[in-house]
Amino acid sequence: MRFFSTNFFRGLIAQIAGTVMGMGLVMALRVIFGLPLSSPIEADDAHIREVIVVGGVIVGAFSFLVGAGVFGDWFKWARGEETSDEHTVDSSKPNWMRYFSVDFDHKVIGVQYGVASLLLLLFGGTFAMLFRIELAQSGITFLNSEIFKVLLGYDGPHLYNTLMSLHGIVMIAGILLGIGAMSNYLVPMLIGANDMAFPRLNAFAFWVNVPGGLILLSSLFLGGFDTGWVGYPPLSLRAPLGMQMFLFGVFLIGVSSIAGSINVIVSIITMRAKGMSLLRMPIFCWAALATALIQFTATQLIGLSFQLVMLERLLDMSFFDSLQGGDPVLYQHLFWFYSHPAVYVFILPGLGIISELLPVYVRKPLYGYKWVAFSSLGIAAVSFFVWAHHMFVSGMSPFLRIPFMYSTLLVAVPTGVKFFSWAATLWQGKIEFKTPMLFTLGAIVIFLLGGVTGPPLATIATDLHLHDTWFVVGHFHDTMFGGFIFPFAAAIYFWFPKMTGRMYNEKQGVIHFWLMFIGFMMMSNLQLVLGLLGMRRRVADFDAALGFDGMQLALTIGGFMVFFGMLLFAYNIIRSWTKGEKTEGNVWDSRSPEWQRPNPMPLHNYDQPFEVVGEPYDYGLPNSTYVNMNPAGETPAAH
Amino acid sequence: MIHLLIVGVLVVISTLGIGLLLTGGWILPQQASQQAITVDWLFDLHFWFIAFFVSLICVIILYSLIVFRRKKGEKGDGVYMEGNQRLEIAWTIIPIGIVLWMAVIGGQTLADVERRDPDAITVDVVAAQWSWRFEYEVTTAEGVATKVVSDTLVLPRNQQVLLRLHSQDVIHSFFVPEFRVKQDILPGGEKYVRELRVTPNTNGNFSLMCAEICGQGHTTMVAQVQVVDGSEFESWLNEQAAECNLSDTECGQRWAQTFGCLGCHTTDGTTVIAPTWLGLFGHNVELADGSTVVADTNYLRTSIIDPNAQIVAGFNPGVMPQNFDEILSAEQIDQIVAFIESLSN
Repeated sequence: MRFFSTNFFRGLIAQIAGTVMGMGLVMALRVIFGLPLSSPIEADDAHIREVIVVGGVIVGAFSFLVGAGVFGDWFKWARGEETSDEHTVDSSKPNWMRYFSVDFDHKVIGVQYGVASLLLLLFGGTFAMLFRIELAQSGITFLNSEIFKVLLGYDGPHLYNTLMSLHGIVMIAGILLGIGAMSNYLVPMLIGANDMAFPRLNAFAFWVNVPGGLILLSSLFLGGFDTGWVGYPPLSLRAPLGMQMFLFGVFLIGVSSIAGSINVIVSIITMRAKGMSLLRMPIFCWAALATALIQFTATQLIGLSFQLVMLERLLDMSFFDSLQGGDPVLYQHLFWFYSHPAVYVFILPGLGIISELLPVYVRKPLYGYKWVAFSSLGIAAVSFFVWAHHMFVSGMSPFLRIPFMYSTLLVAVPTGVKFFSWAATLWQGKIEFKTPMLFTLGAIVIFLLGGVTGPPLATIATDLHLHDTWFVVGHFHDTMFGGFIFPFAAAIYFWFPKMTGRMYNEKQGVIHFWLMFIGFMMMSNLQLVLGLLGMRRRVADFDAALGFDGMQLALTIGGFMVFFGMLLFAYNIIRSWTKGEKTEGNVWDSRSPEWQRPNPMPLHNYDQPFEVVGEPYDYGLPNSTYVNMNPAGETPAAH
Repeated sequence: MIHLLIVGVLVVISTLGIGLLLTGGWILPQQASQQAITVDWLFDLHFWFIAFFVSLICVIILYSLIVFRRKKGEKGDGVYMEGNQRLEIAWTIIPIGIVLWMAVIGGQTLADVERRDPDAITVDVVAAQWSWRFEYEVTTAEGVATKVVSDTLVLPRNQQVLLRLHSQDVIHSFFVPEFRVKQDILPGGEKYVRELRVTPNTNGNFSLMCAEICGQGHTTMVAQVQVVDGSEFESWLNEQAAECNLSDTECGQRWAQTFGCLGCHTTDGTTVIAPTWLGLFGHNVELADGSTVVADTNYLRTSIIDPNAQIVAGFNPGVMPQNFDEILSAEQIDQIVAFIESLSN
């Protein structure tokens, strides 16, 4: 029962206690200021309850961080005490406990991010399967089941709206954590550092996601919310209490993004190995840098807009309610100023993974390294000038649409450079089909679909038809699966030996790939076609007369294939972690520095600094290496 | 070289195949407006670009996977190529040219879609959770200016309509797939009224659907659109402009329909969003605060004008619009009550 002594469990207890205390505090303040604690009018009563619960939840979130000991070293510094910068492992505790503890090792934090990400993706996927069952045929049946009313207190269309909204935002949270997993685990290893620049900030950035994720999921049990993941007011001002949990949960996850990105930027700029000029970095680091720059500069805007909605609900400030003098379109500008660049946050690391893995399995240099590197920065730069293409029909000033159409279409240029470079990399290689490579290739094809379905949404005339239809849903799923899900799976398979010292099951990996690839192709192409045919998105039901029943059923089957593929993935990971075949050294014959070290990666990544003496991807160039692991020429100490 | 030649031929074949499939006309709904012609022309252009780029990349990848795969027992690395500056510049510059050209086309088509006809007729569209209402300004034969209110959007063929979009509560969106245009509808009064122009060119019945999620009734927020000949439109309008000279009950039914009551209240005993009207009149109603009232004329009238005053147990306050005393005349309210009364058995 050592689980109960982990930081994670202590944090949970503290969060529960903190939430109760916080609610008590708000009630006490209300009593002191002579405000009522309940009201005979139902609407007022609900408002008072909301104020109390939100106060409690905010205190609860901070209590988690304090209880888990995330601030421990900072408190010690404040008291003038010394702390050690060495990673020491308490050998009296089993190794698994490190993953439930506040640990400063970037590899542990990376794995923590990864597992949390997969858990959130699993939740998000489950929500999707629930409403896919409902949408498999016309007429609302499944979500009207008695069980939902009993469990949640609501059912039918409102339950559909809640599941659909939660699917969106929980997946996004899962993706953000997945990004954290990749950049935390990989960046220090790839640049030859032993850890991130600010290990404690790194731990904080991970742990703040835990109360954030729990609060976000709790909205399901607090009335849900029916706004979609975008939370547009005035609808979000009228939604049940669950809305606040959505807003505050996402707010915390945003804090994590900002803190995490500082670490990535500083580490990449200042901690690279000797000889590793920026243009000799492993290409993933370019993607991680571009991602972090976006996260660091744009996330504040979603925090701000969500905070304003929270305040408007709690304190009746009217920022966005036009019936009270606010402006509903202003919210959309603030929201998309983050949420569009955020989409590039989701895909850039995945595109980096594709560029990173292709050369290894093709045994050829990455074609046009510099162009691929700068295209990531190009995408990041353009991403800040395109947000209003989400608002072509929103009722903003009509003339604004034209410049945003131009900037949006320009995104195709750096994205195109990537595709051409990947295709040229494959040309005349010696291609080997291992599971990570299959996922890399799948990612390219799927992301290509996401790419080519972009321009019809960018030109305003066609967007007038496509906006808010399933075409957008299909386009977005193409970019997310091609830009994140497939590359993320590729990365986990590829670095699995590095993380665990063991090999995943290749046969299960291949089955996982085909289940997901075929299922996803069915699903997303049908989404695109349904959208073109005029099916609007976010509807709980559709008219049988539209003749969509057959396509919707096939779409549901495709969705379930993806879901079962991910379950098989989870099984493969869990089983191979303890039972997989042990691996030694350079499993993929890679030139990258981390593969010149033992598996799993030692606690201190590199016992002596290495020196970069060549280009990272010169596969096929005889007598060349990327790194000299032993620049001093000494015999490395045994360990 | 032979590799490139084969790939080139395959790309052409694949482009033609995918392009013809996508532009086959099955992938978009019926075309029922002037604007749709322009929009669909642009769609076809996009479809050809999609066909070309998907073919280009996919053919190269598939060809590589088959021809350049590692054969059994084969060792060693691929051909060493670092890159080619000229090629990179080419595949940066050419796409920039294409997208800029695309953007110019995008601007032109938009101008075409939004072209204003000074003779357009105006219809006010009022969206609310969860109903649609359409208001036409009419001058009757006697020269009296009056307003026609309808729950069906009736439009004349080949005549541009200027739709002025109003919302009473949250953001909605006007979307008729056959017309290919869409516009969000904002609450907040005259300052937030947005306009949409459409010129229907095909007679028929279509569905107007709310395209912006607006709460639990979003899915069913659908109204009928009828496109008819100009003369038929005129006579429909005149017929509607005449006073309701039916019985109170029948007029009440008409108002309940037009003003969206029946979007939430059913007359067949089922519960959708609000209490059903079947068998309501004269019966006891249990309220959310635990008390019980009799559903008499007074109760019904209060519930229409001030819907949050007495909430029926099991239903939520704040759902029903609270401005019916401004929208409806006292006579219309009485007639709706009469209609509900007629459903008491």
